[in-house]
Order: sequence, then structure tokens, then C-alpha cells
Amino acid sequence: MTLKDKTAIVGIGATPYYRRGESLPLTETELACRAILGALDDAGLTIKDLDGFALYSASVDPAEIGSLLGVPEIRFAATLTSGGGGCAGSLGLAAAAIDSGQAECVVSVMTLQQSKRRLGGSSSGAGGGFIGMLSSGGAYGSSGVPPVVGFMANSGLMSPGHSFSLLTQRHMHQYGTTREHLAHVAINQREFAIKRPTALQTEPLTMDEYFDARMISDPLCLYDYTMESDGSVAAVVTSAERAKDLRRPPVYIMGSAHGGMGRWGTAIFTYFQMPDEYFASSGHRPVATRVFEMAGVTPADVDVALLYDHFSPLVIMQLEDYGFCPIGEGGPFVAEGNTKLGATIPTNTHGGHLSEAYIIGMTHVREAVEQLRGVAVNQVEGAEIALVSGGPAGLPVSGTLLRR
Amino acid sequence: MAEHTRGVVPPALKESYADERTQPFWDAAVQGRVSAPRCDACGTFVLPPKPYCFECLGQSFTWVDLPGTGTIYTFTIVRHPLHPGLKDVVPYASGIVELDGTQGAGARLMGNIIGCEPDDVSIGDAVRVEFDPVSDTYAIPRFVHLPVGE
Repeated sequence: MTLKDKTAIVGIGATPYYRRGESLPLTETELACRAILGALDDAGLTIKDLDGFALYSASVDPAEIGSLLGVPEIRFAATLTSGGGGCAGSLGLAAAAIDSGQAECVVSVMTLQQSKRRLGGSSSGAGGGFIGMLSSGGAYGSSGVPPVVGFMANSGLMSPGHSFSLLTQRHMHQYGTTREHLAHVAINQREFAIKRPTALQTEPLTMDEYFDARMISDPLCLYDYTMESDGSVAAVVTSAERAKDLRRPPVYIMGSAHGGMGRWGTAIFTYFQMPDEYFASSGHRPVATRVFEMAGVTPADVDVALLYDHFSPLVIMQLEDYGFCPIGEGGPFVAEGNTKLGATIPTNTHGGHLSEAYIIGMTHVREAVEQLRGVAVNQVEGAEIALVSGGPAGLPVSGTLLRR
Repeated sequence: MAEHTRGVVPPALKESYADERTQPFWDAAVQGRVSAPRCDACGTFVLPPKPYCFECLGQSFTWVDLPGTGTIYTFTIVRHPLHPGLKDVVPYASGIVELDGTQGAGARLMGNIIGCEPDDVSIGDAVRVEFDPVSDTYAIPRFVHLPVGE
């Protein structure tokens, strides 16, 4: 007994996407409310129908939203641990809440306003910032500076970009991945983005511009990094039974998995002790196995992949880890055009975090739903099955398979 | 502000914030030795020190001095200063080193790689751990890049 096809996404709501800081004077909470109300309306539902929150990366406080919007009764309020890795998995959490009878109509939402929190920022000062944020107990809480910080804070490695550079360098060493491969990821996604009115990046990107861009942290340059942006996206999930009678065609949750190998652990943020076998990966391999197993399909059955792309090389590593190409061959796979529209596995057809907007993964969920409703701007013809991923980051990372 | 040397990351953390479990590392560090806790039951090194051995759940460790050399497992060259104090420091190389005498994964150290141009760093290069004193009780490990063949 699994969650397969028991529930469906029935509504998507979103604010406009803003460059960092441009969503002011709205607050993160107001942005979230707009997305939640939009998603309910999209489904033909109202706030009176909402009874659950399935969250990740500490997006909103259901207590605050519940009182602010007058939710009649909250019956489920849970979050996956850690950060953006839980994005796709929050849909599975919603499905689990509904399938187990705890709630009927559950929202997953992300809201982000980077004028307040710059996620890519440094841990300048006494090992604070990034490392502090990710240490257990928050920014050192009541227990003070954890002793492990003495081993990290003076290393010169301070930011997510540095961390993913380390993974990428190792991937290049082991498999021969090149900067040109990364460039193809960025350029492909830009081509998709410039056709979308929602996208923050509106100009094409050429190979020359990519190689002329400033290096931030070798081997990653400016265009390998996600943008910083503001906005909110919400998805409403309900039972397959109830979904039949709503305004939009249901997008069924075929399978969802989150987690990863225990020794992936906090991985790229503070740990770097993963076994050699999967150090240079996205950490998604065990999640991929489980999500395909639950859905009863294979990578060849997937029509469109929406892969979490805080950094371009992680698209390559996820293409490998989800089995769209053999391990180590993700770079050439992208460079040969396999992720373009009409090719083997169109990937990040909305432009992704790199070129559309960065709302910690939820723009990918929105695009998957648009693809499966057949209304995407860069529509994959006849798309029936979509993969959405969250992370890669510390555990859990997650993947969800959706079908129309 | 103190003058900075390009490529050498100035210490942000001024003390080790050690507890009983990690103190032996810093005691050895200020004496210039690389020491690591080895599981008494299965011989696995666990560094930074933790309460359990991830291989066998052993909780008894003995500190063992290591040769103080290692191999670059992966690295990055940081070119964008993440705070103003690093403006005169970039570009610098930092990375992850597997220490000789250990099993590698589970006992890797992170740190600044010095002693060569950042562009000359490669995965697999040999390094020697050098401790840069911050105080009487805290010295931070840096990896001195060793010429090929040394």
C-alpha cells in the first residue's frame, strides 16, 4: 500500500517573481497568503476548505496564517526537516496527511524575501551566518558555539556556492565534466526562461558571455549560480476522489520520496565526509529508486524533469542520479541536447532557478503542473508524467512523480 | 585592520570553542601535531570527533598522532570576497583533505590551501598540514601544497 495516485495537486497560486528586495513593502507572510489564496481559487476552493499545511524549509507558520486568514480548523501542520531539499517531498507529506485521513485539503507553500535573509550569504564574523544557520540549534541558540565550528569556520569555505564548487570539482575530476557542460545547462534554461513572461531573466545567454562572466568560486561562475529573488508559490493537494469535481484537471501524485543515505547527512554544508562512492553526486540516488518504485514507472516514462537547480552542475548530477543517463555522463548528455524541448528529457522548461526565479523549488512544482495541464509556455507535447526534485542539500532531499 | 596576505584566509574564529571531545585535537595542534581519534573497536578514524563511530557505534576512542600529510580530495578557488575583509585575500584556494594514516571519508579536514598559486592546485596533490597559531590554545590547520614528487 503506497500513496500512488491517492491524491492530486488541484490548485497552484503564485505572486509575481521579484528581484531581491523588490517585493517590499509586502511581507513574506503576505506573499504567502496571496499564493495560498490564489492556489485555492485556482482549484475552485476557498480558505474554508483548507485544513492542512505540509511544509519544508520553515516557509510559514501555520499558526500565523491560520489566524490571519481565518482558516476554520487546522488538522495537519507538519514540515520536512532541513531546507530546499524537502520541496518536492512536501507534496508527499501532504499526500500522506490526506491518505491517512488526518486532513482533506493541504497546502504546500514557499515564500521568500531575500532582503531579510540572503541564503547564499557568507559566514563572516565568528563562524556565524551560514554555518550558524545550519548548525543544530539554529544560530548557536542557548548552547553557544558548537565545538565542530572550530574545525570549519577558518577554512575559507563559507557559502553554499563554495560547498557546491567542491562537489562539482570532484565530479569534473572523476568523470571529465567540463565548464562547457555547465554552460549548456545555463544556456538551455535561459532559452526557456526568455519565452516566459514570469521570468526575471529576459535576455539570451551565449557561450561567449558565459565564459566572459566572472568566476565566483571555481569551477562556478556567475551564470552557474541561481538568482536571488522574492516571491511565493503554493500548491493545494486533496484526495483523488475530491479532485475529480474541482475546477482544474487533477495532477496526480504518483510517488514521492524524501531522505537519502544516512552518511550523506549534512553533506555539503558542514560535513564533507560522504563516502567516495557518492560524494560527487546530488545525494538523490536512494530517493530516485524509491520514487520510481512507488510510481511504478521508469526514467524512460518521464516526459519532463524539473530538477532543483541552485547551481547548474546539480542538474547534471540529478540527471545521472535519477537515471536519465549513466553516472558520470550527465555533462555530455546535456551538451548533446538531450534536455531540450523535443529531446530525450526536456529539463527545467520554465528556466529554473538559474533564469526564471528562485523560490526554493516551488517554481518547479508550478511548472510541472502547467506541463501536465498542457498549458506550459514551453509545452512538452503530450506530457503525461513529470518529475520534480528538491535539494540537493543536507538530508532530506526529495523527488516526486506527477501525472495528468 | 591587520594586513592580509593574498591567498591566506585570515582567522575569523579566534578560539576553538572546544569541549572535552575536541580539546585533544587543539592541544596537539598548538604543538604542531595532527592527532585524530581512532575507534578502539574497529579502527575507524572519526574527525571532527563525534560521540559515536559511524561504522560500529563504538564510543571509545584513542587519540593517535598522524603523519601530518594528506591528499587534496576536492577544492575551490574563491575569487569573490564574501565580506569586505577578504577583498585583499582573494583569490584563495580552500578544500577538503584526506589525511594520511586514516581511511579518508569520515576523517577529512577542511581548510585553506597555501604555498602555491591557487591555479596550481589539483585534486590528488599532496599537502602537509601546518598549524597557524591564533592564540595559546587555538591554531588553525592550513594545507601547504607540496611540489609533485615531494
